Amino acid sequence: MKVLVCVKRVPMTGGKIVLTEDSRAIETKHLGFTISPHEECGVEEAVRLVEAHGGESVVLTLGPPEAEEQLRDAMALGADRAIHLVTDEDEWDAQATAGAIVDAVRADEAATGAYDLVIFGNESADSGGYQVGIRVAYALGRPVATGLKGVTAEGTTVRCEQEAAGGRDVYVLPLPAVVTVLEGLNLPRYPSVPSKLRAQKKPVDASSPARPESRLELLRLVVPESQGKEAEILGHGPDAAPAVVEVLRLSGVA
Amino acid sequence: MATLVYVEEPGDLTQQTLALARSLGGPLYAFTAGDTVAVSGVEMVHHADADAFRSYAPAALARALVELVEAHKPAAVVAAGTPRGNEVLARVAAIKDLPFAANCTAFESGRPGSVTRTRWGGSLLEEARVHAETLLLTVQPHSVQGEPASGEPAPVEHFSPSLRDEDLVVTVRERVGSSAGGVTLADAKVVVSCGRGAGSPEGFGIIEELAGLLGGAVGCSRAVTMAGWRPHTDQVGQTGTKIAPDVYIACGISGATQHMAGCKGAKTILAINTDPEAPILASADYAVIGDLHEVVPAISAELRKERTG
Amino acid sequence: MTLPRQARAVVIGCGIVGNSVAYHLTDQGWSDVVLLDKGPLPNPGGSTGHASNFIYPVDHSKEMTQLTLESVRQYEEMGVFTESGGLEVARTEERMEELTRRVASAKSWGIEPVSLVTPADVKELVPYIDQTVILGGFYTPSVGVVDSLRAGTIMRTRGQESGALTVSANTEVVGIDVEGGRVRRVRTTEGDVDAEIVVIACGVWSPRLARMAGASIPLTPAVHQMIDIGPVPRFEKAARSIEFPIVRDMDTNMYERQDGTSLEIGSYAHRAIQYEPEDLPSVEEAALTPTEFPFTQDDFNLQLEQALELMPEIVGDESVGIKYAINGILSLTPDGMPILGELPEVGGLWSAAAVWVKEGPGVGKSLAEWMVHGESHIDLHSSDAARFWEHQKSSTHVKARTAEGFNKTYGIVHPLEQWASNRDVRLSPYHAREQELGAVFFEAAGWERPQWYESNAPLLEEYGDRVGRRESEWDARWWSPIINAEHLAMRDRAGIFDLSAFAIFDVSGPGALDALQQVSMRQCDVAVGRVVYTPWLSPSGGFKSDLTIMRLGDEHFRVVTGGAHGMADHKWLRDHLPSDGSAQLAELTSAWSTLGLWGPRARDILASLTSADVSHEGFPFATCRTIEIGPVRVLASRISYVGELGWELYVPSEQGARLWDLVWEAGRAHGAVPCGIGVYGTTGRLEKCYRAFGTELESEYTVVEADMAWGKVKEQDFVGKEAHLRHRDEAPAAILCTLTVDDHTSSAGVARFPMGREPILTRDGQPIVDAKGRRSYVTSAGAAPSVGKHVLLAYVPPERAEAGAQLAVEYMGERYPVTLDVVGSAPIFDPENSRIRS
Repeated sequence: MKVLVCVKRVPMTGGKIVLTEDSRAIETKHLGFTISPHEECGVEEAVRLVEAHGGESVVLTLGPPEAEEQLRDAMALGADRAIHLVTDEDEWDAQATAGAIVDAVRADEAATGAYDLVIFGNESADSGGYQVGIRVAYALGRPVATGLKGVTAEGTTVRCEQEAAGGRDVYVLPLPAVVTVLEGLNLPRYPSVPSKLRAQKKPVDASSPARPESRLELLRLVVPESQGKEAEILGHGPDAAPAVVEVLRLSGVA
Repeated sequence: MATLVYVEEPGDLTQQTLALARSLGGPLYAFTAGDTVAVSGVEMVHHADADAFRSYAPAALARALVELVEAHKPAAVVAAGTPRGNEVLARVAAIKDLPFAANCTAFESGRPGSVTRTRWGGSLLEEARVHAETLLLTVQPHSVQGEPASGEPAPVEHFSPSLRDEDLVVTVRERVGSSAGGVTLADAKVVVSCGRGAGSPEGFGIIEELAGLLGGAVGCSRAVTMAGWRPHTDQVGQTGTKIAPDVYIACGISGATQHMAGCKGAKTILAINTDPEAPILASADYAVIGDLHEVVPAISAELRKERTG
Repeated sequence: MTLPRQARAVVIGCGIVGNSVAYHLTDQGWSDVVLLDKGPLPNPGGSTGHASNFIYPVDHSKEMTQLTLESVRQYEEMGVFTESGGLEVARTEERMEELTRRVASAKSWGIEPVSLVTPADVKELVPYIDQTVILGGFYTPSVGVVDSLRAGTIMRTRGQESGALTVSANTEVVGIDVEGGRVRRVRTTEGDVDAEIVVIACGVWSPRLARMAGASIPLTPAVHQMIDIGPVPRFEKAARSIEFPIVRDMDTNMYERQDGTSLEIGSYAHRAIQYEPEDLPSVEEAALTPTEFPFTQDDFNLQLEQALELMPEIVGDESVGIKYAINGILSLTPDGMPILGELPEVGGLWSAAAVWVKEGPGVGKSLAEWMVHGESHIDLHSSDAARFWEHQKSSTHVKARTAEGFNKTYGIVHPLEQWASNRDVRLSPYHAREQELGAVFFEAAGWERPQWYESNAPLLEEYGDRVGRRESEWDARWWSPIINAEHLAMRDRAGIFDLSAFAIFDVSGPGALDALQQVSMRQCDVAVGRVVYTPWLSPSGGFKSDLTIMRLGDEHFRVVTGGAHGMADHKWLRDHLPSDGSAQLAELTSAWSTLGLWGPRARDILASLTSADVSHEGFPFATCRTIEIGPVRVLASRISYVGELGWELYVPSEQGARLWDLVWEAGRAHGAVPCGIGVYGTTGRLEKCYRAFGTELESEYTVVEADMAWGKVKEQDFVGKEAHLRHRDEAPAAILCTLTVDDHTSSAGVARFPMGREPILTRDGQPIVDAKGRRSYVTSAGAAPSVGKHVLLAYVPPERAEAGAQLAVEYMGERYPVTLDVVGSAPIFDPENSRIRS
């Protein structure tokens, strides 16, 4: 089985988001970078599928040169190789991102054969557009199921499970297909030291696609005002218990 | 210029969606399919009739919407920012190669259109311009007041979209399993949540006890699920469950953006934390400064005392 | 928590050291102490919160070892210490040699048992190690780990329960007010607190706090990388969080330790990654805590491979995952020592900075003693916050030296090793001349000082066998036989010395004499033109310094002391000036440079340069006066630190080069040679048993023990007098002795030369301990070319201090026989001091 998983480099935010001076990005000088939890599960799923069925797992990102770190991290979890669509600092909108991924998938498939499954996170942690995976699927002419917490390859089909009120909805898609997944799909492994070291030596195919004009054009970012709320201190330590119970009663839950 | 609203099902989210859609100025039309037929507050309902709509069929829904868009050329298509609303509009965007702005809190029509949308699960807002002949937008849940559902249901015009084979592939085949009784995290009136401060899986004993006394559900932070102490279904957060209880009791939770994105919907947040500067206090209504291992059992004891006394 | 409006002391910072200082202040009797932190408790987000928390007691520095041992004692008492044992493993032969030096340091400082072990022994103790990678190890069973956050909580609680301590978390200091040169008030987000004493215990933030008051704490925040991997199958059934010895993989600058079911791997091997305190995020902005920075994998790849080599069973286990990886931020200083004590810029403002978990409680206690009683029971001179010269506080210096020092954390550092970075900062007026003569420069307090001159190489032939040679590369490193040749030429003819690194202060005014009497043990009320050599004592009668004072006028004195410790002496003197302003202190180090001229021909040379009377009668020993040498008026002082007739010549710096040329020209006719500090500081000094501050003279030794209690005690009061009088009535617990090595030949047939800090043992290898529990060790070692021996100075308890006693010194893992030649201060060369007084 040949599986592609697409990930995005995003900062690991703390409790307070600070913006850059031009308000067009998050100030990341103190922050590390990661990929969305959904995508971590996507990488884990790609690796597990290949462990179970054989084949190759490939990780792809579109992002700055530093995003190679996230590709190496994914390869440390077991992905076999990486495709890096290198961008400059400006963020790409979802349409442009999907377009570049489609081109890259076509090129890679022409060289190495078709992917049975392409996995995306359901939405990125930062911009939360809910659409790149779907756009790629339509452009490639492949079925796509979204928001999945279960992905099982069954011969020529993939069984997809999505949480729904009172149970799980099941889709069965013919392969090749595209899926977008959610955290909870699996519990991702931690990389071992040998896998970290192996990842340093795995191949990364880097290219720099041209950035089209954004059609969803970011003007600026704003930290919502509600972050400045002052909590009423009910007390310190166990002595505050009666005051807490009073609040619970007023809220109608005790 | 008209606005077309995709209505999944009647309810508060639909009223919120209609309220924000109305800010675009033009008359509102609704698109529905399957069992959802009656919508009030709009000029007319376009209802798609097809066997495919007996269960959720997002590709077919998108195809039907595209047909309406091509026929009526609305200035905007708006849906609720639910998983399904976002999925269907993203598919429309993919078919039509249009930009799509998910989870907006405000928008204005025009060329280009302007939107304010959420990022980081609502921890950050983005102001953006949309360069498109048709605006595709979803509404961030609970970001605006829903308009009252009033008046007679609008007239319904049924149509049969021409669906292709590929639109019928992505259809819910069956629903399996059932929620394991008890109170689910998403529906609970009270959620008592704890972070790594619990210290161990066993440390959740006092959390379970308090949740039990309040008839609520137990939640946890992402660090806890990553440590393997609780199942992911207990995780409150941007990538876990987004909850909207009457009271959310967050014990030893610092308030990372990832977590707060999941509990913003709570009516009242009570934080129990040793650190009065913890970020969660900026979002909480009430706080107790102290060690959760001491405070939580004291609250449980107080509740018991009230009940027996 | 409401803050009191005033307090005796405000301690800023609730890391291990702040908690400890605050607790010990209350324990020693202060009743109103306030402890603040901007972060939450118990982990406010500083370096303590992510510390690896293990303690290796053995260090080559005695001061650091004593602080560590005191800390372990306190951690044990608090019940937060878990003994695990520790193994320092060697991958190279050089490291095995270094481990023998560590054994020696352990014996010198009294840490036993310790042992060198074979790879098989290591394997038995740490079964998951690959013993084929190593050549052996150094085992310290008393190594352990502590819960530093818990210790902090215990100390705070004790302080609070006594009612003497107020703790306020989440309280950020926004300003420190200074009035009249003294700290007055701390301004915080929770209100202002007036205080007599303010202690900055803010770890990596300390420089920022010091700047608020116009002071400097020269440290830099820097990265220490660590990762945590687990769960390790072998550790899963562990009953305790640590059951296996901690391993230091010395040659890779790494450590590995069990932590519950995980293995923690830390490194000091990566490039130095430094920050400014202003660069650190706030508690809210930080993804983890303000001192846990995102891990930079590229800096750690080599370390992963090295850890894999050493512990393949665990590190190579595919099921063991990397669960946590950070760039932890810690404090580094330009000389690697903490920054402790009152800051010289602001009275009442104290630094407790650059302190690691292993020495935290000991530092807290010592600083509290210093504040409450005026001195610490542990000599803190290497850590003294007042030790820095201005250039040493510069960002360039701090960055350069910490970058250079970081990778030496586990390094094999030669006792004489020189810094490579930020050199050529302080150049004497003779520097260009010295360069022409092929001077090899060593640094002292930023000064470039010739250690020896390559131009003197022909002297090697002249003195032939009398110049010792060293076969061992280690013994010969940072050394040259030319030093011995220069020494012999000085003894035969004359030597010219660059002594520009002297720290020089003038004290003047009607109160000058009283001020100097107050700090000096010896009588300073001497005739104008007299030179007084005197110890300065601590209140308990230990050594604070030793130096010379020239009386230049009724109300004018010049104090000359060593460069390395000069700024601390300056502060000590300034702190003892009369409060009425009747004495002024001027720091004139840069204004005056000093040329030394000593040897049997010194008088002939000087006489040829001046019309002044320089005869023995006309210019007696221990006097000084201004003479003319050509166009230069020079303050000549007839004293000696090398045991020869001669003078120190003090000259205004800009005229120094002219003086050099005149002396050089006149000296040539008499066969004078330029001599380096190798002669001045070691060979010339040791043959004469001249003691040096920081080696023989420390606050834990008394004047009587150093055998310097000659003459009667002056009538006037002075610091330490009461204790000194008591010491004179007691039998000393140890006495400084001169020993010489009988046989230098190692088991490999190579002559070896101890260089200081080695243990002095009985011939059968037993340590020698005095009545105060102090071990005998070599305080200074070096050649005595005039007597053809290798001299060791050491304090020896009186029952063993007999001339002719047969003892041993342990060096590089072997014992060498030594003979105790002289008890007390009499020198082995020219014991009658006829040369000086000729």
